[in-house]
Amino acid sequence: MIKMEVILNTGSTLGQGYTAKGGKKLTEEYKKEVAICHINPEDFKKLWHEYGSYMDRVKVITDFGEVVVYVKSDDNMGEGHAFIPRGPWANMVTSSDTSGTGSPFYKGMKAYIKATDENVLDCEELFRGLSKK
Amino acid sequence: MRFKNIMCCVCGAVCDDIEVEISEKEIKVYNACKLGEAKFHELRSKDRITKPLMDGKEAKWDKALKKSAEILKNAKHPLLFIGSETSTETVSAGIEIAEYLGGVIDSHPTVCHGPTVMGIQEAGLPTATLGEVKNRADLIIYWGANPMESHLRHLSRYAIFPRGYFREEGMKERTIVVIDPRKTPTTELADLHVRIEPNKDYELMSAIGAILNGHDITKAVGGVDTDTIYKLTEMMKNCKFGVIFIGLGLASSVGKYRNLEKAMKLVRNINKFTRFILIPNLGHGNVSGFLQAMTWQSGFPFGVDYSRSYPRYNPGEFTTVDLLKNREVDAMLIVAAGLAAHLPRDVVEFMSEIPMISVDISPCPTTLLSDVVLPGVIMGMESDGTIYRMDHVPLGLRKFTKPPFDFTKSDEDTLRQLFEKIKR
Repeated sequence: MIKMEVILNTGSTLGQGYTAKGGKKLTEEYKKEVAICHINPEDFKKLWHEYGSYMDRVKVITDFGEVVVYVKSDDNMGEGHAFIPRGPWANMVTSSDTSGTGSPFYKGMKAYIKATDENVLDCEELFRGLSKK
Repeated sequence: MRFKNIMCCVCGAVCDDIEVEISEKEIKVYNACKLGEAKFHELRSKDRITKPLMDGKEAKWDKALKKSAEILKNAKHPLLFIGSETSTETVSAGIEIAEYLGGVIDSHPTVCHGPTVMGIQEAGLPTATLGEVKNRADLIIYWGANPMESHLRHLSRYAIFPRGYFREEGMKERTIVVIDPRKTPTTELADLHVRIEPNKDYELMSAIGAILNGHDITKAVGGVDTDTIYKLTEMMKNCKFGVIFIGLGLASSVGKYRNLEKAMKLVRNINKFTRFILIPNLGHGNVSGFLQAMTWQSGFPFGVDYSRSYPRYNPGEFTTVDLLKNREVDAMLIVAAGLAAHLPRDVVEFMSEIPMISVDISPCPTTLLSDVVLPGVIMGMESDGTIYRMDHVPLGLRKFTKPPFDFTKSDEDTLRQLFEKIKR
């Protein structure tokens, strides 16, 4: 299975905004808006071709973690670029290194993506998995 | 009952023309964008937190407050995170508690425009109000910003569409440039979309600066060809009043505060030719309010440590992500911020190990990890207060309804009550 190298950006989107502002972070609606990776159609084709069957999810991997999210072919994206709306799923792969600024590198991350048949976790499952209480 | 001229506190644009029709069961919102409307509907949301929670179970207000005070009093180095969806008065109350406890106080800028603030400290902010932009600007540059998805009415109220005193034709008299690696709803409106490679903003600003200083550029920079760089530079030099709206595309990518310092120095440089300003597109409602209150009370804008009784500031050391990463705090109070959803994984793991208190209006990852949850009051709807717009203009909020409980009147009131318990 090919692992494609991409530059990963995260940021605000309209869907992410109105679900977060509307207090819906633990809902399915938020998950659909935020747990999604946008990639260029050519990159999508390459991954799909290699995967062989219907592809709707990818695993995003960085040096700091990995996360399964939905994938969307998006011709607004440049080749080799990926975008995940800001939120818990994107933060599973974000480094906590701030280079002395206090703020993590939410943009311009080096990441790998590959097709997967693993499930996309709900927001609550994601945090229950992290909680040590 | 219908209320007019209500302010929306969702983003830094703070629209002040919202109309709200409210009854016992439902709420109708006029003029607000999709983000603002979602926030107003929280007033009647069935998921609203109306009772205090301790370990996920409903508790009495006094008991929850007492437990919160104990957690903070017993901590050696607590972190108070006062989010941006609360008033400047709440920030002041938070600063008093942090100082009394010898803890650290921080807010949203630490994970969003903190590097922008550090850039301001390096270079100075050449800025003006949004009113100046509306009345004068004929060149609007969105650099690393996508207001069509983050500040939806930014274009219609301040920057692009409105008719201004010197821009009577509105949009017809304005040129729009967007610098972004992606195509976005904002780039669709642009006269020029400069599709820069990620992490190459500093290089492009250097190239423009070089041309302004009389040097030649012979190669593409950051994926942008020389013709486009020259065209953009000429547009900047020849406009009557230009503005760069800075987004997180600069603050969150490689270069960080150096990108912002460079942008502000570039704007200073363009002022040799024409009038040019820069405004950071502050995302959350009262980001600027925290920066202002923190600065006038401690001398520093965010990430301030009081463990030695006097304020100390050092981003990368006393800032939320770094303190949690280095395990240097032992309790947290989070007010009006969905912090857990927006921090890296390893940092959230540590948050879940230490005692946490949150003041929030709806269930979210932060409340899931909290030992005590105190119901939040919605600023500008259920409580008065002061909010600072993204151009640092203070605006007075007027409440038009009451919170669905009577044990607190506002987030400020909650913190004042908590402080009384801490001092006992």
